[in-house]
Amino acid sequence: MANRISDETIEYVGILAKLELSDQEKEAAKADMEKMLDYIDTLNELDTSGIEPMSHVFQVSNVFREDVVTNGDNREEILANAPQRKDDCFKVPRTIG
Amino acid sequence: MTKQYETVIGLEVHIELSTKTKIFCGCSTEFGGAPNTHTCPVCTGMPGTLPVLNRQVVEYAMALGLATNCRITQVCKFDRKNYFYPDNPQNYQISQLYLPIARDGYVEIESGSGKKKVRIHEMHMEEDAGKLVHDEWDDTSLVDYNRSGVPLVEIVSEPDMRSADEVIAYLEKLRMIAQYLGVSDCKLQEGSMRADVNLSVREAGTETFGTRTEMKNLNSFKAIAHAIEGERERQIELLEAGKEVVQETRRWDDNKEHSYAMRSKEDAQDYRYFPEPDLVPIVISDEWIAEVRSRQPELRSEKLERYKREFDIPQYDAEIITESKKMADLFEAAATTCGKPKKVANWLMVETLRLMKEHGMEAEDLSFSPANLAKLIDLVDAGTINSSVAKKVFEKIFTDDVDPERYVEENGLKMVNDEGALKEVIEKVIASNPQAAADYKGGKEKALGALMGQTMRAMKGKADPGIVTRMLKELLKD
Amino acid sequence: MDILGLTALELGEKIQKREISAREAAEAALAQAQLAEPVINSYVTLDPEGALKQADEIQKMIDAGDLSSPLAGVPVAVKDNMCIRDKLTTCSSKILSNFKPAYTAEAVRNLQKAGMVILGKTNMDEFAMGSTTETSYYGPTKNPHDTAHVPGGSSGGSCAAVAAQECFGALGSDTGGSIRQPSSFCGVVGMKPTYGTVSRYGLIAYGSSLDQIGPVTKDVADCAAFLEAVASYDAKDSTSIRRDDYRFCEALTDDVKGMKIGIPRDYMGEGLDSEVREAVMAAAKVLEEKGAVIEEFDLGLVKYAIPAYYTIASAEASSNLERFDGVKYGYRTAEYEELHNMYKKTRSEGFGAEVKRRIMLGSFVLSSGYYDAYYLKALRVKALIKKAFDSAFEKYDMILGPAAPTTAPELGKSLSDPLKMYLGDIYTISVNLAGLPGMSVPVGKDSRGLPVGMQLIGNVFQEKKLLRAAYAYECATGKQFEQPAQIKTACGNSAGENRVENVQADTAKEAHQV
Repeated sequence: MANRISDETIEYVGILAKLELSDQEKEAAKADMEKMLDYIDTLNELDTSGIEPMSHVFQVSNVFREDVVTNGDNREEILANAPQRKDDCFKVPRTIG
Repeated sequence: MTKQYETVIGLEVHIELSTKTKIFCGCSTEFGGAPNTHTCPVCTGMPGTLPVLNRQVVEYAMALGLATNCRITQVCKFDRKNYFYPDNPQNYQISQLYLPIARDGYVEIESGSGKKKVRIHEMHMEEDAGKLVHDEWDDTSLVDYNRSGVPLVEIVSEPDMRSADEVIAYLEKLRMIAQYLGVSDCKLQEGSMRADVNLSVREAGTETFGTRTEMKNLNSFKAIAHAIEGERERQIELLEAGKEVVQETRRWDDNKEHSYAMRSKEDAQDYRYFPEPDLVPIVISDEWIAEVRSRQPELRSEKLERYKREFDIPQYDAEIITESKKMADLFEAAATTCGKPKKVANWLMVETLRLMKEHGMEAEDLSFSPANLAKLIDLVDAGTINSSVAKKVFEKIFTDDVDPERYVEENGLKMVNDEGALKEVIEKVIASNPQAAADYKGGKEKALGALMGQTMRAMKGKADPGIVTRMLKELLKD
Repeated sequence: MDILGLTALELGEKIQKREISAREAAEAALAQAQLAEPVINSYVTLDPEGALKQADEIQKMIDAGDLSSPLAGVPVAVKDNMCIRDKLTTCSSKILSNFKPAYTAEAVRNLQKAGMVILGKTNMDEFAMGSTTETSYYGPTKNPHDTAHVPGGSSGGSCAAVAAQECFGALGSDTGGSIRQPSSFCGVVGMKPTYGTVSRYGLIAYGSSLDQIGPVTKDVADCAAFLEAVASYDAKDSTSIRRDDYRFCEALTDDVKGMKIGIPRDYMGEGLDSEVREAVMAAAKVLEEKGAVIEEFDLGLVKYAIPAYYTIASAEASSNLERFDGVKYGYRTAEYEELHNMYKKTRSEGFGAEVKRRIMLGSFVLSSGYYDAYYLKALRVKALIKKAFDSAFEKYDMILGPAAPTTAPELGKSLSDPLKMYLGDIYTISVNLAGLPGMSVPVGKDSRGLPVGMQLIGNVFQEKKLLRAAYAYECATGKQFEQPAQIKTACGNSAGENRVENVQADTAKEAHQV
C-alpha cells in the first residue's frame, strides 16, 4: 500500500473531471484509487527503458480529407437534443465577461 | 521609480487558416453565418463522431513554417487538451503539444529600435472554439458553434521582444507572411488573427527572467499596445512595492484599459494532454516539403525587387504597395492591363489609402477590380475626363466597383472639348463678372482663378482646365 | 415452423427462398422478446413498429430481386452504444437517457445495407464499463442459461438476446473483452476483429484506441457472415483500415491440418476454474485430433495487461466522456447555480458509480506530474505486450485459451470488489492492447449448466484462421446452437406467436435498478 490519496487530491481530481462527490463517495474514491494505483505500480516491475510508448498499434499515417465543403445547414438537427436553447443557440449558465 | 526595468515579451499568435472547410469536418468556414448553420455532428462534439484531418490545413501550416524558417516535424501528431468550457463542444481541444508541425524558426522585424530577429519556438495546428454571446436579458450565455473546428495555427515565439513597438512589428510581419502565402486573411477585427501576450519585467542588466503573466482577449494592435503598457506598469508597481508578480492568466478589458486575473478554483489549468487516439500520425516526406516549398508564392522582398525591376517604380512606391498582398495583387493586375505602373501606384498610394482610412478598412477588405482602375487611368489619359472628375469616379469604383466607362457615359461626365460651346459659356462668365474681368485686365493675375472657377462650375467640372485657362486668356485679351 | 431455432444464415436462406417472410421472422423474434424480456432484460429499447416496417420494406426489395444478401430480412439487435438516426441511444446511462442522434453508426448502416432488420438496442454496462451488465441505468440483464447469474459484459444485452433467441445475431463492442467474455458466459459465438476492421464512426467511445465493434451470433458460420456484412473501410474513421480481403465466409472450411496452435501456460494456471480448464483443454484436443499441432508455451507479461489496460482505457474514457456536460444533448440537472455547478451536478447525477470511478482514475493518471509515471509507462508496457504477441505469432498460427477464468458469476457478487472484477478480463484484455482479433466459441458447460467459452486469438488480420479453426471445431463436435433450458421453461414453446402489442415502440424502460 504505497499510494495515499489525500483529500486535496480527490478534491482536485473532482475539479478536473467535473464530478461532485459526496463525503462518502470521496472516501470510497480514495480507497479505490489507492488500490488501483498500487496495482498499476506493478508495471514498474518491468524495465521499459528504451521502449517507445505505443499509442497506435498500426503504422497507419496520413489519413486526410480534401478541403471540400460537404455539409449544409444542419442547425435543427444539431439543436434538436439541446437541454436548453434560445435564438438558435445552446443556452448555458452565464460564462465570464 | 528609481530602477530601470526591461520588459520581456513572448507572443502566442493564433492565425485562422483560410481553408474552405473546418479542420476535422466538411463544414464551411465562412465568416458570419446565422448561428449554428455551419455545424455538423463532428464539430459540435456529438457522441460517436470522429475527426478526419483536412489535408489543406497541414499544407498551410507547413507553408507558414517554411516561410518563418522553421524546421518541419516530419512525424507529427495531434494531442488532446482537456478543459471544460461551453464554447469547446467536446470539452477537449484537438491540438498539438508533443510533436507540433514546426519548430525553431525566426522572423526578422524592423521597428523604432532597429532590425532584430524574433525566434519562433514552435508552431502547431489546432481547432478553434465556438462563440459565446452573453444574454443580458436572462443572465445566460448562448453558444454558437459556427467557428468551432475552424483551423488555427498557433505560433509561439521565444521571449525576444522588449517593447510594444517590437510586438506590433512582429505581428505585422507574421500577418504579411500569412497573407502573402494566401493561408490566412489575418483580420484582427474578425478574430482571424489573435495574440496572447506573455510579459514579465526585470531590472535592466539582469539575466534571469521575472515571473510572467499571460494576457488574453487582445483583438487590435491598439489593444495590444495598451495592454503591454498597462501590464508593464502593473508589474513594476508590484515589484517597487516589494510584492511578487503572480504567474497567472489575465484578461484585458480594452474599454476599461485594465486587466484582471481570470483564475478561479474551477480553472485548474491542468490540461491533461495525451495523444489523440482518433487521429493517426502525419508523416511528412522530404518530397512533400519540397513540393510545398515549390508552390510557395513569391514573398514580399522578392515581389518588391521584381516590381522595381519590371514596372520601374521607385523603392518608396514598391514598399507601400507590397505592404499587403492584396494591394500588390491590385497593382500588378492594373499595371499590366493599362501599362502605366507609376499612375496605378499613385492611385493606390494616394486615393486608395485615403479612402481606406476614411472607411476604416484594411487592404484585405478592398473589393474593386484592377480592370476598372486601369480603365479609369486610360480615360484620364485620353482626355475623356479630367482629374477631379476622375477622383469622384474612383470613389464609386472603390465603393461599388463600377465600370468607369459606363459610369462616365451614364452620368454625362465626359469633358466638353467643343471649343464653340465652351466659348459661349466663358463669354457669359466674363459678362456676368465684369469686376473680375477688369481686375485681370488691370494686371491682377489672380482674378483669373475666380473666372476659371465660375467656368468650371458652369461646365459641371467637365471641361479640361488647361483649355479653359487658354481660352479665358484669349478672350480677355480682346 | 420453428423459426427461432434457425441460425441467421439458415433463416436468411429461407427468406430468399420465400419459405419465410421477413415480417414473419421479425414477428417471431419480437414475440420471443415479449416473453423473455420481463426476465432477461436484454433490450433497453425494443422497436416493434420500426422493425416490422423495415421488414416489409426489405421484403419488397427481396421480392423485386434487388436484395439477395444472405442475411437480408434477418432480425438483429444492436448494442446501445451505437448511434441510430432518430432512435434513442443511451449507452445504458442516465446522462444519455433522452438522446436521439441525427446520424447512424457506419457498422449499423452496413447491417442495414445487407438488409438486416434492427429490432432494438441492447442493454450494456454503462458506457461499456463493466463485465456484468449490472452497471446499466436500466437494470441488469440476466443470463438466459441461469437467471440468477450475470450474462457478462459489457455487451451482456447483445449476448443474452442471441442466447435467449430474442434476435438472430447482434452487434457488440469490445474494449477489453466486452464481446468475448459475455459470449463465453452466454454460450454464443462472439468476435472482436482486428482494430480498424469495423468502423468506429457512430460508436460512442469508451477507450478509443481499444474499442472495436464485432458480431455476436449463434454459430461460427453466422459469425463469418456478420463480420463480412459489417466490416468496411470508412473514410469517416481515421483509424479504419482498408483490408485486402473481406470474404470471411470463405474461411468456413473443415480443415485444420498442420495448423500450429499455441496454448499459453500463463493462461492455464493459477486463477483458472478447473471446469473451465477441462472444457478448454478438451476443445484443444478436438482440434489436435483433426490434425492441428498443439503446443504449450510461455506468452509472458499476462499479469501486466490489466493494470496497463485500466490506465489507458480510463485515461481515454475520462477525456471521451467530457462531452457529456448538459450543454448540447442528454441530461442536465434540474437546479444549479452557475456553469461549473451545472457541469458537476449534471455529471454526478448522470453517471453511475463505475463510470465515475474510471473517470476519476483516468483524470488522475493524466494530471500534471503523473502523466509520465502512469500513462506513458502503460503505453510502453503496451508496446512490450504487442512484442510478446509478435514473437508468439512467429511460431503459431493462433493462440488458444479460455475467454474468462470462470463461468458467469451470480448477480450482485461482482461490483463490490472492482479490482477482482477487473481480474476477470485477464485473458481478453491484452488482445485489445495489441489490436488483435479474438473470438469466443462455446465449448461446453460447467456442472451448474453454465456455458464455457474457448478463446482463439490471431495475429492482426488473421480472422479467417480463427473462423476456420472454430468452424472445424463445430464440425467435429456437431455442436449446434442450444436454446437455454431456462428460457424454454420460462417461455414455453411460443415461437412464431405474434405478441408484440404491449411493447412500447422506441421507449426506454423505466430504470428499475439504479
